[in-house]
Amino acid sequence: MENKFKPIKNYSLSKEKILKMYQDMLKIRYFENKITDLYSKGLMPGLAHLYIGEEAIAVGVCNNLTERDFAVSTHRGHGHLIAQGCDLKRMMAEVLGKEDGYCKGKGGTMHIADFSKGILGANGIVGAGIPIATGSGYSAKVRGTDQVTVAFFGDAASNQGTFHESINMAAAWKLPVVYVCENNLYGISVDIRKVTNTKNIATRALAYDIPGIVVDGNDVLEVYRATKEAVKRARKGEGPTLIECKTYRWKGHHVGDPGRVYRLEKETKEWMARCPIKTYKERLLTENVTTDKELVIIEEDIKQIVEEAANFAIKSPYPKEEEAFEDLFTEQEGVK
Amino acid sequence: MRKITYGQAICEAIDEEMARDKNIIFLGEDIEVLGGNFRATPGLYEKYGGWRVRNTPISENSFTGLGLGAALTGLRPIVEIMFCDFMTLAGDQIVNQIAKIRYMSGGQARVPLTIRTTLGAGRSTAAQHSQSLQAIVCHIPGLKVVMPSSAAEAKGLLKTAIRDDNPVIFFEHKMEYNKIYEVPEEEYVIPFGVANILKEGKDITIVGTSNQALKALQAAEELTKEGIDAEIIDPRTLVPLDKNTIIKSVKRTGRLLIVDEGYERCGVAAEIAMSVLKDVFYYLNAPIERLTTANVPIPFSPALEFPIIPDEKKIYQRVKKMVIG
Repeated sequence: MENKFKPIKNYSLSKEKILKMYQDMLKIRYFENKITDLYSKGLMPGLAHLYIGEEAIAVGVCNNLTERDFAVSTHRGHGHLIAQGCDLKRMMAEVLGKEDGYCKGKGGTMHIADFSKGILGANGIVGAGIPIATGSGYSAKVRGTDQVTVAFFGDAASNQGTFHESINMAAAWKLPVVYVCENNLYGISVDIRKVTNTKNIATRALAYDIPGIVVDGNDVLEVYRATKEAVKRARKGEGPTLIECKTYRWKGHHVGDPGRVYRLEKETKEWMARCPIKTYKERLLTENVTTDKELVIIEEDIKQIVEEAANFAIKSPYPKEEEAFEDLFTEQEGVK
Repeated sequence: MRKITYGQAICEAIDEEMARDKNIIFLGEDIEVLGGNFRATPGLYEKYGGWRVRNTPISENSFTGLGLGAALTGLRPIVEIMFCDFMTLAGDQIVNQIAKIRYMSGGQARVPLTIRTTLGAGRSTAAQHSQSLQAIVCHIPGLKVVMPSSAAEAKGLLKTAIRDDNPVIFFEHKMEYNKIYEVPEEEYVIPFGVANILKEGKDITIVGTSNQALKALQAAEELTKEGIDAEIIDPRTLVPLDKNTIIKSVKRTGRLLIVDEGYERCGVAAEIAMSVLKDVFYYLNAPIERLTTANVPIPFSPALEFPIIPDEKKIYQRVKKMVIG
């Protein structure tokens, strides 16, 4: 596995955008590492599925979206929300089950949602967000807007009926949806290569007569470029695209799972050498996009933001017992 | 009053609401030119076009989820699931997504979604097209569950369902579509959570869900000949359930029979009984009883099918036994 990166200048991006993507990836990395830290200190209830190693996908995709667009996230969803600009404090408070969390402690790590940023929920059921994203695309079409919806899902979700059923409908009706498959090779412990005959999941796009694209999911600029094309197609009314991002989950299925029993250390090490953040940083420096000094400032800044988020979350109170009975139904009936 | 079919009443409710609100869309199998499998909603596709009235592929879980996604982003979808037996295919979207997204998101999500489906046996369509699975959805917090009896009830309740900002599962009885009923011509809606006393009586309270309320009414007429004066209550909505109306009634009559076409075990009848028991216990002259579909799959042959589902004759016999002995 060799890194064959294209020169950054080929992507014709502003320096601001290039550095924002670096910043977003680092934000995810530090956020997730902080979760490991809080988990080991016993401050976090339940568990969390970490996005470490996959940062380039959320960042490359979401940097093509506006706050008017929509995205549907997964159980491994922190990265998607951070890349879409969600508030780290409220995210961390949710992860800790606190009152100030996005869902007031009712959703937790697997269900963080920020509807104001177009995040229509994160899902604990593999593949279940795909039809929801498809409906969001249908809605944009009926309402006559140019909004695009991204459906994030993993390799394992591509073997759920919802994947096939939804892409079939989106293709038939040319819905403005971008289907982003984060292929990190494992569904908990199951190697996708052992339960699926197609080498590339993107091949399945052929069956629905839509573009199916394979990209290096550890190269933020390639993810950005592929998504840009797909978003453009969607906005023009040309229908959905399936983008498969090849990547790797550095950690186990969740915090506390070492993730070693079912995969070879050699494989993990090879992928870690292709760290999406480290390789991007090297490119930024080698190609003189920025200076080491500038990157250090960015990193220090993020460390501080994440630290503040953690402190905020720790200090935030737990929800009151009676709140368990709130938010089931909306009070006001919808009669207009 | 003018008379129309139950199917026409359903169609009118959808038509009136779609004309009123352009954000209402209608999705399901065979609903375009066919007007639905039971031909209940003809003409809507021609009137509102293919984006607002959409035939879906046979992909229940995903088109139901599609309805949810549309509901979250500004539309007010009506999703038709041809038979409630097929609702099981959309189990994840109904149980884990639609019912929970508002709660899980701490109240951020609004889900103005109506799922219309059909229940009931009586057509010799055997075990997979005849069930009454309302208990399954009643069990899940986050869903409102509606079981209209007559056409007028169906129209008023469906309009309320469509206007509700919460997910509603709306059960239509498939044996009712072609029956003719009096339905007011003027605009009206029927609120959820308010039971309807179809007939007042003093000897026994019969709670009948869906068209069992009408069957109970028929049985009550026969029962008067035996000197039994039954009170008939149509709960209209199972979630929310108007317990108070039932409790008040049973306190007066001293007896309660619940009739529901769902299976007996862990069914709606058991739930209604338990919901009111504490309040009516010291007023009872007889144990609460239930009349439901037996705990077997619905068989094909009419010789087997009719004996295992409740009807007016069985209600009559059971009530007689409960009151006279």
